[in-house]
Amino acid sequence: MNALYPIIPLAPLVGALLAGLFGQVIGRTGAHVVTIAGVLVALVCSVMVFQDVQAGHTFNGTAYTWLIAGDIKMEVGFLIDTLTATMLLVVTSVSLMVHIYTIGYMADDPGYQRFFAYISLFTFAMLMLVMSNNFLQLFFGWEAVGLVSYLLIGFWYTRPTAIFANLKAFLVNRVGDFGFILGIGLVLAHFGSLDYATVFQAAPARAAETISLMGDTQWSLLTVICILLFVGAMGKSAQFPLHVWLPDSMEGPTPISALIHAATMVTAGIFMVARMSPLFELSETALSFVLVIGAITALFMGFLGIVQNDIKRVVAYSTLSQLGYMTVALGASAYSVAIFHLATHAFFKALLFLAAGSVIIGMHHDQDIRNMGGLRKYMPITWLTSLAGSLALIGTPFLSGFYSKDSIIEAVGASHIAGSGFAHFAVMAGVFITAFYSFRMYFLVFHGKERFGAHAEKAHGHDDHAAHGHDAHGDHHGGGTPHESPWVVTLPLVLLAIPSLFLGYFAIEPMLFGDYFKGVIHVAEHHGAMADLREHFHGAGAMAVHALTTLPFWLAFAGVAVSWFFYLKRPDIPAAIAKTFRPIHTLLLNKYYFDDFNNVFFAGGARLIGKGLWRIGDAAIIDGFFVNGAARLIGWFSGIVRKLQSGYVYHYAFVMILGVFALLTWFVRT
Amino acid sequence: MSAMPLLTLAIWVPILAGALVLATGSDRNASLARTIALLGAIAGFVVTLPLAISFDTAIAGMQFIETTPWIPRYHVNYSLGIDGISLLLIVLNSFTTILVVLAGWKVIESRVAQYFAAFLVMSGLMNGVFAATDALLFYVFFEATLIPMFIVIGVWGGPNRVYAAVKFFLYTLLGSLLMLVALLYLYRASGGSFSLADWRALPLGMTPQVLVFLAFLVAFAVKVPMWPVHTWLPDAHVEAPTGGSVVLAAIALKLGGYGFIRFSLPIAPDASHALSGFMIALSLIAVVYIGLVALVQTDMKKLIAYSSISHMGFVTLGLFLFERLGVEGAVIQMISHGFISGAMFLCVGVMYDRMHSRQIADYGGVVNTMPIFASFLMLFAMANAGLPGTSGFVGEFMVIMAATKVNFWFAFTAATTLIFGAAYTLWMYKRVIFGAVANPHVAELKDLEPREWIFLSVLAVAVLWMGIHPAPFNAVLEAPVADLLQHLSKSKLP
Repeated sequence: MNALYPIIPLAPLVGALLAGLFGQVIGRTGAHVVTIAGVLVALVCSVMVFQDVQAGHTFNGTAYTWLIAGDIKMEVGFLIDTLTATMLLVVTSVSLMVHIYTIGYMADDPGYQRFFAYISLFTFAMLMLVMSNNFLQLFFGWEAVGLVSYLLIGFWYTRPTAIFANLKAFLVNRVGDFGFILGIGLVLAHFGSLDYATVFQAAPARAAETISLMGDTQWSLLTVICILLFVGAMGKSAQFPLHVWLPDSMEGPTPISALIHAATMVTAGIFMVARMSPLFELSETALSFVLVIGAITALFMGFLGIVQNDIKRVVAYSTLSQLGYMTVALGASAYSVAIFHLATHAFFKALLFLAAGSVIIGMHHDQDIRNMGGLRKYMPITWLTSLAGSLALIGTPFLSGFYSKDSIIEAVGASHIAGSGFAHFAVMAGVFITAFYSFRMYFLVFHGKERFGAHAEKAHGHDDHAAHGHDAHGDHHGGGTPHESPWVVTLPLVLLAIPSLFLGYFAIEPMLFGDYFKGVIHVAEHHGAMADLREHFHGAGAMAVHALTTLPFWLAFAGVAVSWFFYLKRPDIPAAIAKTFRPIHTLLLNKYYFDDFNNVFFAGGARLIGKGLWRIGDAAIIDGFFVNGAARLIGWFSGIVRKLQSGYVYHYAFVMILGVFALLTWFVRT
Repeated sequence: MSAMPLLTLAIWVPILAGALVLATGSDRNASLARTIALLGAIAGFVVTLPLAISFDTAIAGMQFIETTPWIPRYHVNYSLGIDGISLLLIVLNSFTTILVVLAGWKVIESRVAQYFAAFLVMSGLMNGVFAATDALLFYVFFEATLIPMFIVIGVWGGPNRVYAAVKFFLYTLLGSLLMLVALLYLYRASGGSFSLADWRALPLGMTPQVLVFLAFLVAFAVKVPMWPVHTWLPDAHVEAPTGGSVVLAAIALKLGGYGFIRFSLPIAPDASHALSGFMIALSLIAVVYIGLVALVQTDMKKLIAYSSISHMGFVTLGLFLFERLGVEGAVIQMISHGFISGAMFLCVGVMYDRMHSRQIADYGGVVNTMPIFASFLMLFAMANAGLPGTSGFVGEFMVIMAATKVNFWFAFTAATTLIFGAAYTLWMYKRVIFGAVANPHVAELKDLEPREWIFLSVLAVAVLWMGIHPAPFNAVLEAPVADLLQHLSKSKLP
């Protein structure tokens, strides 16, 4: 085993432990130095491993044995191939940017060391997840990133909304994990191993195997396994209907929204399905399921982005929608495209989130885009990098997002699996919507009238974590002019803008059409979407030029144009539309009422049943009737018996006479 | 094999230390009593270490065997011996005793000597239960553990302690009376032997097996406790002092699971198979029903008590799946639950000592004044919710894996604990620890003192160690579990 492999996850872990356990000793500077050093080491090692893998040195082996039970071995090990290497680069580079950015963003927070400890711990867990060579370690990483996500969403633990959001996130993820662990259970039960390679190798021979779950109906074993595993991905990658936690997770500090809830953790589900491609390829039903769930998420979450006014929530719904795109790609058997979009999205979405954070700092912690406007004058770097990120997101030809997103649309179009018609429509319509809400936000924030002066008072309302140290920014309150953020904040923006613009152009050919994922991602021959794409691909430049004549480009263009018209030219129109279509507007504002339904039906229902079982089952029936009832029965019986022992001789004499009389009668009769 | 009677030492060192503590008499000598109690508890733990060190994991049968005639006329022997399952429980028990002594160090101010003596004696008796290989000896220890626990709850308990103590006593006593009948029956059937090894080999017809199984079931189900004979536990926990709750949860509940492994399964294997559906149903009801009940508790101790019952459902579920992963997972779950529930009750004790309330509603924002404590409780809460990397995950994971192999729906029902366990634990954590400072009492809280810091960090290490590297724990179980399953696969019908 290459010594670099264990260093990659362990370096951030060491940083996390130092900052977490000895935060008071090493101080604020010490905390960011050790954690950034840890992530930097991980990044350098990842680059070296990436080159090593490019040179053909892959690895699959055990690091240590966790548990042995009979002939079942549960181990921790590494699988290093191009898929892992890609993820390593994405995770460590975005993590490093976020670490640097945090120095500026959290500068005045009293939980500074704790924050660095958490994000480094997260990096460790995420790296363990992507480097795993078996299902057990995957689950370990899966839950560990969930834990850190929980801790970070609730980082400002005095805010009621934050501690509601983190509990919600954890529980919704647990619903996904519930399916995930059952999927892992079925894998172990039917393959006798948790090792990827062993399972993948044995899978094709068992494609036709069925199990009976309900009555005599036979279910394809692999379909059941794949759908259960995908339920886990639905939780982690926030797919409909388990998407509800992601928008609320915006209660966490912005750096983690970028790192965890946009670039890395939420893509764990996408990564997992791509990793499991040898299994998913064996089940058309599971792929259709994945495709349809992804399409619903891509389209319907995009709609919600249109009505949001919180800058972070707009980006959050955009993330949901883009995760839907990736899932659609998985369902269309275009795994490499999904990973490609995962990578480009990680950069431009991290950029958009960090830029949003920069705007939030500039606006003195007002997050409402209706109070912004014209910020390009005050925050030029944030403005330009945001523009780059938004253009990449909507799929402007030649930029990163274009190559990955257009490939997804093409792949879905070429797919013949059940549900691909709907999915193709969804991703197509999604292009317009993405462009519309992205530029709605962009125009409202950076262009148009400066609206922040009038709302200086209102800003206080959004600043309820000011008690946690954002007071320093509070000095500027009332004065109201936004300001550009310090260099530790803008540098990561610039560094992230580079891959957001150019990664796609250079990576598309090797990643999608070369041998990059050969032997890593498995696509069955009859799933011809990728082959179709390859046939029509004549170089990255030609693809971009050709796109100018295709529908997605014009849909995106239309989205930008309409939002320009609505929000810069005629700002009265959106309000009028909202008024005319009030029911739809209300539906969108209430996020299709998913939260309300879950609150009433699941949370309320569980509490109601729990109360019923407790009050009626435990207290009334078991304790009241049986336990105390038995005690009362004995008491009642002894009360009667006690009455007999009256102590009066004539009572006893009377009973004696009765007895003698009875005996005599009996003797006489026989 | 050591020449020293190590098991006898493991039983009698704490009991004698208890007697010595008792001899210090009144509360004037309280500090002496505490010191002796601590030294006695440490000595009791130290004498169990050679057991762990020189334990041979390759042997499936009993090790460190000691046999002396006790009542020769009835062939009753003072015979001791342990396998890997007993070993883990004995070490856990002796380890927990030290923590309990530390937990009661400052808090118990009246009848100090008697309090510590009760725990030391109980610790020795528990070791006796886990080491006895003679059924009558087992029964004597099994019943004798009731007495100190009864006294601990009844004397140092809360306002409703008498109801709780009597309920606890009667519930468990009634259960074990039926077991006595079964023991006497088996004594006759085996031609006058109380040796567990003889009973294990004894052929029995189906009817006697079922009757014996049911008699044992009543005794052990109450101890575990299984639904629906669980209602004594929340009351007992709520009224017991912190130390009592810790021993009750960490050790006393294990007597039930241990009893199934040592008696029900090997003596009545055919009945065990025949009734496994029934046992699994009860276990799954415990997981779901109790999980939901735990969700709505307003008293922290009651919540953790219900959570204990739900977690013990995994023990009985694992045992009656007759799968290697299931049985080993059940034992791992027992040990892990010892650490986690002990830690959870100690944490509630830490807060109770400061606020004199166990009501969730009286708290809120504790993290602001007790950040170190909040971090510890976070770890234990996550362990309680079964997070990988903590001990709480290992047993549950193994049992769920085994259940999937047997029947998908068993696993499906059991796995709901992923959701319920997280829901009740983290919801409590949110209401107690997170948020703004809820009231002036919370504002005055002081963070952990060194004594509390010690016992919580020791448990934290245990929970993480078992979660990150459970292999050594499971290694001692491999041989006895394989042997048990092999025994179970053969019919004993004549």
